[in-house]
Amino acid sequence: MTFTIPIDNGDAVKNAEADSQRTLYPYVTGTSIVAIKYKDGVLMASDMGGSYGSTLRYKNIERVKAIGKHSLLGASGEISDFQEILRYLDELVLNDNMWDDGNSFGPKEVHNYLTRVMYNRRNKFNPLWNTLVLGGVKNGESYLGMVSMIGVSFEDNHVATGFGNHLARPILRDEWRADLSFEEGVKLLEKCMRVLLYRDRSAINKLQIAKITEEGVTVSQPYSLKTFWEFQAFHNPTAGAQGSW
Amino acid sequence: MTQSSVDVPAKGGFSFDLCKRNNMLIEKGLKAPSFLKTGTTIVGLIFKDGVILGADTRATEGPIVADKNCEKIHYMAPNIYCCGAGTAADTEAVTDMVSSQLRLHRYQTGRDSRVITALTLLKKHLFSYQGHVSAALVLGGVDITGPHLHTIYPHGSTDTLPFATMGSGSLAAMSVFEAKYKEGLTRDEGIKLVAEAICSGIFNDLGSGSNVDICVITKGNKEYLRNYMEPNPRTYVSSKGYSFTKKTEILRTKITPLMERVEITEVGEAMEE
Repeated sequence: MTFTIPIDNGDAVKNAEADSQRTLYPYVTGTSIVAIKYKDGVLMASDMGGSYGSTLRYKNIERVKAIGKHSLLGASGEISDFQEILRYLDELVLNDNMWDDGNSFGPKEVHNYLTRVMYNRRNKFNPLWNTLVLGGVKNGESYLGMVSMIGVSFEDNHVATGFGNHLARPILRDEWRADLSFEEGVKLLEKCMRVLLYRDRSAINKLQIAKITEEGVTVSQPYSLKTFWEFQAFHNPTAGAQGSW
Repeated sequence: MTQSSVDVPAKGGFSFDLCKRNNMLIEKGLKAPSFLKTGTTIVGLIFKDGVILGADTRATEGPIVADKNCEKIHYMAPNIYCCGAGTAADTEAVTDMVSSQLRLHRYQTGRDSRVITALTLLKKHLFSYQGHVSAALVLGGVDITGPHLHTIYPHGSTDTLPFATMGSGSLAAMSVFEAKYKEGLTRDEGIKLVAEAICSGIFNDLGSGSNVDICVITKGNKEYLRNYMEPNPRTYVSSKGYSFTKKTEILRTKITPLMERVEITEVGEAMEE
């Protein structure tokens, strides 16, 4: 992106005004989302933290929300943009309900809508600073896809955003199977979330797992993972080397 | 009174003399030369009887694979090995230099080298170059005080850890370690876990690839398993070897061996050295 350098004061004021109308950087951010397809539908896990730069400002943010009857939307990145997207989708679902024709938005439709929104915002240099994960089940078919803030969109059997891409995806690529049961799916997600908790500085130990099946959406109560810090080497790391660290 | 200016020789450490000129050149548009980086996954872990080091074998030059099967586990001492990530020349040169220093030290003291000796020599060198020697190392070995595993960063900071990963594939390998590491692993479990972590780097990171090298160091013994696993074989290899197309008739076959035995007979006096 090229910015014009102001050559006189008038331009500087104009540019500042123009800049304040578009998103330049995120402020309150959520960290990774990890989601997998399993036997009966889709499972999505996220923690409940909202960071303000390097401060952990909010510890009770729900980053996974149900959309209509058939979809689940999870978001990482700017929280205010996520709330804006929820407002757009609310309007969308409302208008759809008003038709009252027995039809309802499935995950494919919501994903397509979000892709268009994200890409068009990016083209105007005013992105919604989120990476969205869309999961759902309609007519027995599970669907899981992702849209990034620049409009890159794709479907897969397992997706992760942010740090999850580097830390959780390798585990999922190795251990995901199409016929995971609910318990196995939750265990796999917890394994990924635990690694993220150890290695992502903006992760907190308070997570929610959301499940969507043909029957509907359930979002679990927040809970924490057990962590292990008792390695011998951590107790006395410089046992053989006095003075080093 | 005559004014004499004496050139004080540099005492070592980073010399900032050329920085102003370099910045001026960059402003004028000069692009600094690029380096051959190893873009790597290197890991180490401590198991019941010692240390296991692992590395992939791909060396990249930007987007191109420069070496499909390079060696990233460097010899430091009979009981100490070091994996290197970052600029290939830097890791090679710095490990060679410290390996020589350790050998001289062994001759002088008459004792086996210790891992912290190698650690201190490496970190002193890297710190004095303020991060410009781009070598990120995983140093492991077993000495008289027991098994040790350290990571060394290009700026000279070090960590002492039970399991460690470095390089561009470090997150992929670390996710495997964080999920599966336990204390008191046996040799086979340890090798399996290290191979798994390196494979995770090979398949999930674009800067790592090709084969898995493993080095197992225990008290009094070391095993360097070069190309322990080769999970990326060539896909389509003709089993018949090279064959001519159908229409070509082979008229004559002549095989020339490439190495010839040459007999030298000393004529006259031996050469003056």
